[in-house]
Amino acid sequence: MIRYEPVIGLEVHAQIHTASKMFCGCPVVADTGDVPSNTAVCPVCTGMPGTLPVVNRRAVELTLLTCLALDCEVPPTARFARKSYFYPDLPKGYQISQHALPFGRDGFLEIETAAGPKRIRINNVHLEEDAGKLYHGAGGSRVDLNRAGVPLIEIVTEPDLRSVEEVRAYAAALHAVLVYLGVNGGEMERGVMRFEASVSVRPAGSDALNPRHEIKNLNSFRALADAVAYEIAAQVETLTHGGAVAQQTVGWDEARGVTYVQRSKEYAEDYRYFPEPDLPPVDVDRAWVAALRAQLPELPAARRERFTSDYGLSGYDAALLTADRAVADYYEAVVSAGGAPKAAANWITGELFRLMKETGQTIQTVHVSPQALAELIQLVETDVITLGSGKTVLAEMFAAGGSARQIVAARGLAQISDTNALEQVIARIVEENPEEVRQYLEGKEQILSWLMGQVMRATHGKANPQVVQRLLHVQLEARRQ
Amino acid sequence: MRLHQLTIHEARDRLTSGEFSAVELSEALLERILAVDNDVKAYLTLTPEEALAQAHAADRLLGSSQERPGSLVGIPLAVKDVLCTQGIRTTAGSRVLDNFVPPYDATVVARLKAAGAVILGKTNTDEFAMGSSTENSAFFTTRNPWDLDRVPGGSSGGSAAAVAAAECLGALGTDTGGSVRQPAGFCGVVGFKPSYGRVSRYGLIAFASSLDQVGVLTRDVTDAALLLEVIAGHDPRDSTSIGLPVPEYAASLTGDLRGVRVGVPREYFVAGMQSKVEEAVRAAVDVLADLGAEVHEIGLPHTEYALSVYYLIAPAEASANLARYDGVRYGLRVEGESLREMYTTTRGQGFGPEVKRRIMLGTYALSAGYYDAYYLKAQQVRTLIKADFDVAFEKVDVVVGPTTPSTAFRIGEKSGDPLQMYLSDVFTLSMNLAGICGLSLPCGFDDAGLPIGLQVMGPAWGEEQALRTAYAYEQATEWHTQRPVL
Ligand SMILES: [Zn+2]
Repeated sequence: MIRYEPVIGLEVHAQIHTASKMFCGCPVVADTGDVPSNTAVCPVCTGMPGTLPVVNRRAVELTLLTCLALDCEVPPTARFARKSYFYPDLPKGYQISQHALPFGRDGFLEIETAAGPKRIRINNVHLEEDAGKLYHGAGGSRVDLNRAGVPLIEIVTEPDLRSVEEVRAYAAALHAVLVYLGVNGGEMERGVMRFEASVSVRPAGSDALNPRHEIKNLNSFRALADAVAYEIAAQVETLTHGGAVAQQTVGWDEARGVTYVQRSKEYAEDYRYFPEPDLPPVDVDRAWVAALRAQLPELPAARRERFTSDYGLSGYDAALLTADRAVADYYEAVVSAGGAPKAAANWITGELFRLMKETGQTIQTVHVSPQALAELIQLVETDVITLGSGKTVLAEMFAAGGSARQIVAARGLAQISDTNALEQVIARIVEENPEEVRQYLEGKEQILSWLMGQVMRATHGKANPQVVQRLLHVQLEARRQ
Repeated sequence: MRLHQLTIHEARDRLTSGEFSAVELSEALLERILAVDNDVKAYLTLTPEEALAQAHAADRLLGSSQERPGSLVGIPLAVKDVLCTQGIRTTAGSRVLDNFVPPYDATVVARLKAAGAVILGKTNTDEFAMGSSTENSAFFTTRNPWDLDRVPGGSSGGSAAAVAAAECLGALGTDTGGSVRQPAGFCGVVGFKPSYGRVSRYGLIAFASSLDQVGVLTRDVTDAALLLEVIAGHDPRDSTSIGLPVPEYAASLTGDLRGVRVGVPREYFVAGMQSKVEEAVRAAVDVLADLGAEVHEIGLPHTEYALSVYYLIAPAEASANLARYDGVRYGLRVEGESLREMYTTTRGQGFGPEVKRRIMLGTYALSAGYYDAYYLKAQQVRTLIKADFDVAFEKVDVVVGPTTPSTAFRIGEKSGDPLQMYLSDVFTLSMNLAGICGLSLPCGFDDAGLPIGLQVMGPAWGEEQALRTAYAYEQATEWHTQRPVL
């Protein structure tokens, strides 16, 4: 039986975070449905006769930063182009995009795979405007142009991806880069990043590029992974049964978990691209590029590397902490406030992430300041409180804010290391549990931890575990004679 | 002299001296329109109430000692109906925009208003400025004031006829391939298309974005300079408008041509052109020489390709520019059973035959597989045409030739033959392709008593050179004082 390998290319569209739209002064409003339809619009973004576009320079800068972060070549001249098609959400009957002269070309992004790091080549990076939205109802269809003209960056790969895992890794790595650059706000909600995947399969080891299916309008990471997995399986199935895959544009039916044909090749759209005559070519001045290059922040891969070398973190922890720029910033703030690097990593990726997940909060919204967490870590590391108490303190800070020291004092959580007090408690526990003591003395040493648990419970978790263990051991050994 | 026959500069002086009021002047023009526009049909929309309100405001300014009135205060003007006017219907001569009322002014309209001008109404145009006679207007054909059976030229035929018939003191037009200069030539008035980028296109309903430019139509060269001074200059809303300062054009009108080098292109005197036109233009060149200009014969070798290049680039851009008229957001909508049907019936009924012809030409020229052979090739030849002028303007300061190969033709004479119609713009297309400026002014009459236009071309940003040359010629001749009898 032939083994097949998938050949996958991705087009990623991400909203660029700017205050105003790509070609007019209208504000970019959140796509949450709170803003009434057609209120963030003007004659330009509604395509009124005679209106003209004016380029949002900030959007160009963020695009150029992305090109540099992805090691693209940045040609000295870029041009906008018109992409023509009719649709009611497209006010001018063409989208202002780029075609022959994009801002960036021939770059790459490195991803981590099971077989080690792998470079995914970027064909081009370009800037364009979003269309509006259609709402279909019983009384007809409505057009909302609040989104029309919102800047989008489109990043197109070569067909270098070979598995769903690589697709996921690429999407996540690209997302991290965009968030690091401030191109994208980092929200994972639907629509902020959209994907188109072209998928074909071929016998493993072959160099052939077979007819592909282009999956349009995938609105989430999950839809992307599911649709690509479905297409791979379906195409392998077709070929295994002697069928052929025809070049097609397909859609993704999320509810049914299947793709469906939108257009076959014969009806491929002709977008009639030509240079946008309303906008002069953009002179991408070398000094401008150099200044932008100097502004490039540390990118996720470099930061991951530094976290392992500077803080002694495992690759796994470093990756977890650097995937989101805000989390990585938070981590470094905790460390610089005096939190031990390894402990800080454990607290954040363990308890803090757990609490965030439970409550749906993000690092930006949590009440626990980096200083508060650093203080908590110090209290645990210096045995002022137990690890268990620490978790209680964190939960309380997470719920209501406040400083670790205040909570420890208010709740009386400081550890009992006083030997006299603990000896009395231990003596009582030993007295009350003769059967368990007998088993221990007969060699069942694991009973020791059960007895320790009894002591901890009796002291409401405040006993210093190391002291308890030492004293308990002494008292038990004394019974052997 | 009756008030409606004044030039802008004459009226301005007499308004300032208090000889008559702005309201009296505007009323005189509105009366003139009532008297003659049934015959001329220059206006698509009249705005008498707004005009009189603006005239009253102008009188308050003129009577006030505090405020310095704008340079056009109280001057009644007309605006071609492809320029958006806030709150005033703007049709572009098309059914598809029959009911369109823009919520904004074109930058040039806003600048006229800021200078205190009175806007009398919107003038007729070929649909979306596509045509050379106003016969492609969806509403009616404007008539040439010199002979009502003849066309006024186009597409700014309404503006040219309104100026010639004294239905306004001056007007704005637009020029994509000659649409200001050709009707100016046909109607015996001055028409000036500035360099591409000199005047903002914001609010100009686009035909071909890389060629369109707002121009002025006036009764003499001084008025053209005055109007251009007001509308020219950088506009942050138009990224193709130039950031250069605007010279004081009127100040460049010295009447002195000594040492000015005038180029006469041999390609602009072709077989088949009306002999009286060639005679008049040659005579005009002699006048320039008599005034002290150095005359040189020059070559513009790629002239013969201008028409083909133009009819690829302009329709290609138009095919995209006109895609927005889809019945979704404004203008005509013809409901259909499906989205596709709504599109096809709206556009099918909304656009006239010439507009459809150009949309199809342009769509074809941009199609996959044809782009390189047509659109791209045309852009390459366009570069050669521009290079012809670059070479010429190294040797000469202005280029002079005929505006059109013949004088105004009869209504209906060419409307059945698009190619014949296109040929009437054969001497004006190149300036748009090259982005340079060109002015047409009267230089004689043919045997039928129809005006002949002399075209004076300057390099990009060389408006002053063109104006200076035209003004010196005008001062030396009487043609511009001739008026049609209505
Ligand atoms: Zn807007």
